[in-house]
Amino acid sequence: MARQFSVRHQRGFTTIALICFFLLYLPIATLVVYAFNAGSTVGTWEGFSLRWFEAAWENTRIIDATLRSLTIAPIAALIATAAATMAALATTRTAPYPGLTFKYAFINQPLMVPEIVTAVALLVVFSQVKVWTGYSGLGYLIMAHAAFCIPFAYLPIRARLETMDLTLERAAADLYARPWRVFRRVTLPLMWPGILAGFMLAFVVSLDDVVITEFVKSAGQDTLPTYMLGQLRRAVTPEMNAISTVFLALSVAVVSLFFFLSRKKT
Amino acid sequence: MSKAQDIIKAAERRDLRSRWLLSAPSLLIIFVAAIGPLAVVVLYSFMVKGDYGDVKYWQFSGEGWFSVLFERGLFDDSISLADAHLSILWRSVKISIITTIVTLIIGFPTAYFIATRPPNRRDLWLFLITIPFWTNLLIRTFAIQEVFRNEGVLNTALIRTGLLEKPLQIMFTDGAILLGIAYVYLPLMVLPLYASLEKFDFRLAEAASDLYAKPGRVLRRIILPMVKPGLIAGSILVFIPSLGAYVTPRVLGGGKHLMLGNLIELQFGQGRNWPLGSALSISLTAIVMLSLLVYVRASSKSGARSHG
Repeated sequence: MARQFSVRHQRGFTTIALICFFLLYLPIATLVVYAFNAGSTVGTWEGFSLRWFEAAWENTRIIDATLRSLTIAPIAALIATAAATMAALATTRTAPYPGLTFKYAFINQPLMVPEIVTAVALLVVFSQVKVWTGYSGLGYLIMAHAAFCIPFAYLPIRARLETMDLTLERAAADLYARPWRVFRRVTLPLMWPGILAGFMLAFVVSLDDVVITEFVKSAGQDTLPTYMLGQLRRAVTPEMNAISTVFLALSVAVVSLFFFLSRKKT
Repeated sequence: MSKAQDIIKAAERRDLRSRWLLSAPSLLIIFVAAIGPLAVVVLYSFMVKGDYGDVKYWQFSGEGWFSVLFERGLFDDSISLADAHLSILWRSVKISIITTIVTLIIGFPTAYFIATRPPNRRDLWLFLITIPFWTNLLIRTFAIQEVFRNEGVLNTALIRTGLLEKPLQIMFTDGAILLGIAYVYLPLMVLPLYASLEKFDFRLAEAASDLYAKPGRVLRRIILPMVKPGLIAGSILVFIPSLGAYVTPRVLGGGKHLMLGNLIELQFGQGRNWPLGSALSISLTAIVMLSLLVYVRASSKSGARSHG
């Protein structure tokens, strides 16, 4: 019996793993704890207080940046998910056809090129377009975000489609349902968990983006991450901890929801 | 007979056309906001540097590519290696390789630990790895900065316990960048390793053990060869973003310890040398693509073996 157990046991692995989890969470935990610090330095605890949350709430630049993030992310994620859903329908459940590999490569390109390279490329091109057209609104950021969100939205939708049963759609078609009706009443409801997962991934990825946003944004278009990046250059107050904590809570909520949904469907 | 074939052909053509129409939005968006600009950067890398940043349009030269590795003397035509660029390139490669090794050493036991938990507990441990992965990179970098700073948690704790008298300077060193990147990308190593280990049939390890193989030997001769695809996937997934890292070295390295990503930004900012910046960007992209190619080769090879 003792031998049975020892097969899976490698000496020291459990210790390293537990240290790994500890180190993974220590910085995040510190960050969150000091967001509630009454004092103004990280490292010395001076009692519990919500003053830094209040300070962040009253800082109009933070609120502006948050609202901008929450404008860009859903729009970009929606565009990316719609485009990715169509692309997934076009690239699955078929024998290989000419151009299929090309489409895969194209759609996954944003994952393969380093973000900093895409960022400077967009800086170069969009700054010229801004001069030509005179338009310098949020459109550029939404476009850039939609582009790098597409592969993230595409992957779960494609995975869902590939495991779907084709016979249900055939049955509907045999029963004289027109193609559009088959799509709306059979295909789409079956795809839905994949689409939802894809949208959530795209949303989180857009919300988190720093590098591309930093290079594409015009003056006064800070999103929450680029605002934070700018602040990190200066002396940091626990206000940053407070924003980070709220951001963190939001991410954890979305990821938990994602986990819950993906478990439920199986 | 031929009519039936015609009908089938027409249906196939219609199917193909609708498939291209359906992919059009994705292809268009990615062309406009990713691939097109990248092509422009390739073009720019061959143009003459403008006076205020920018480039002189349609005046071509190889100067941008030349200055990736070499530099000319200020007053004469002497050519020497560009030490500044080479040291940054070397730092990027060095940090990325060491990061990959460090995350492998910590990540493998962690993935192994999760894979050997009872099935109903695995999801929870996996969830604990996934949360930092989905947490904003900037927040994680900020968190690690708060630990490293001179007045940060680590130094305060060390001074309080009397182990140190003066704070240890961790921030703005290569070591800080290395640890920061390793911290930030660790989940990217653990997840593919876990995916491989989870599929591993531990009865094989039992068999080896029954034949008197010691645990270390079972690990080296049975487990590691079987999870090689996961090892390669994890290493590539950590190596690639490390090489192109921008935020972490910018925050933890200060202005002095640049990596390739920061050098590229510099050329488009204060450096005002767009052709050089473009050439550096294309070089970085090429290295990444090459690593990906190695990965695809390796994974398809080991995949073929496990099926056959």
